[in-house]
Amino acid sequence: MLETPLSAAALIPALAFATTPATDAPEFKGPSILDFFPPAIFFEGNEFFEMNRIMLLRLVIVALIFILFWLGTRKMQLVPGRFQGTIEMGLEFVRKSIVEDLLGQKDGKRFLPLITTIFFLVLFMNLTGIVPGINISANSVIGMPLVLAVAAYIAFIWAGLRKHPWAFLRNALFPPGVPPFLYIIVTPIEFVSMFVLRPVTLTLRLLMNMIVGHLLLVLFFSATAFFMVELGGWWIAASAVTLAFGTAFTFFEILVSVLQAYVFALLTTVYIQLALADEH
Amino acid sequence: MDANTVLAEINGNIATVGYGLSAIGAGIGVGIVVGKTIESVARQPELQGRLTVLMYIGIAFTEALAFIGIATYFIFTN
Repeated sequence: MLETPLSAAALIPALAFATTPATDAPEFKGPSILDFFPPAIFFEGNEFFEMNRIMLLRLVIVALIFILFWLGTRKMQLVPGRFQGTIEMGLEFVRKSIVEDLLGQKDGKRFLPLITTIFFLVLFMNLTGIVPGINISANSVIGMPLVLAVAAYIAFIWAGLRKHPWAFLRNALFPPGVPPFLYIIVTPIEFVSMFVLRPVTLTLRLLMNMIVGHLLLVLFFSATAFFMVELGGWWIAASAVTLAFGTAFTFFEILVSVLQAYVFALLTTVYIQLALADEH
Repeated sequence: MDANTVLAEINGNIATVGYGLSAIGAGIGVGIVVGKTIESVARQPELQGRLTVLMYIGIAFTEALAFIGIATYFIFTN
């Protein structure tokens, strides 16, 4: 249904020859969604253990985080060196400006391990998107964001149910200060927003950021290669522009990676905070 | 030139337009969130820390709508 071509006869005639390139001209191949499903490398054909390079990358990242934090906190010194200082700065950022700021000292201490784990997993897995040679974020296939979102989902529901089951459900489904007859409308909306939309948006926000980031970078850099190698001549001027944009967006992707890790950890904390809150 | 002549033809999927449309709303929304935060910080600079956190939460919620727009493209093209 959606695949029918639009024939817009009212458009300017100049488009007519622009859309039909000559057959022998070099053809530009842009990024596609298939980038995220590379061929299997291990256990090919096995239904459960088949592995492609993105899954391998996730395991490598987990090992990297483990080694990095182990090395950084192995010989703790009162006056930290440069490496220990960096690790401490990262950990303190999560503890001070995310967890304790929103949850306070007492509750913060309980949820600190979870939120620190989420923050650093998301951060490191995002950053692989801009590492040359890897060029794909470990979060750009739905599995990893989904696992992290499910962890956050279980955490905030568990936090609420553990502390005050009835008050938690009442605050969530029957928000106070609403006229009783409006609960017919409000309760379903609140239910969907809390138990469906929260984990879905957590997953989609991270996943789509990483997919779009990868597609943008691949588009710019493959366009650069196309202009420079395939077309040549005066087109090299165009390749300078795409190269500049590609470089700029690489820095933008670093920003997005850090920001998404921050937002994911922050939203998890906010959801836990809302679940722990007493009467509004 | 009779009525059936096709002067211009665009191939592709109409679902691509969907993301463009969904980006409009999120773009306006993020703009309002950030703009209002700047206004508030200009009024009360000492609240900057708290307001920045609130700004990021606001951006995250607003921006999610645009990303749902991209997701629907991948869902409906199949």
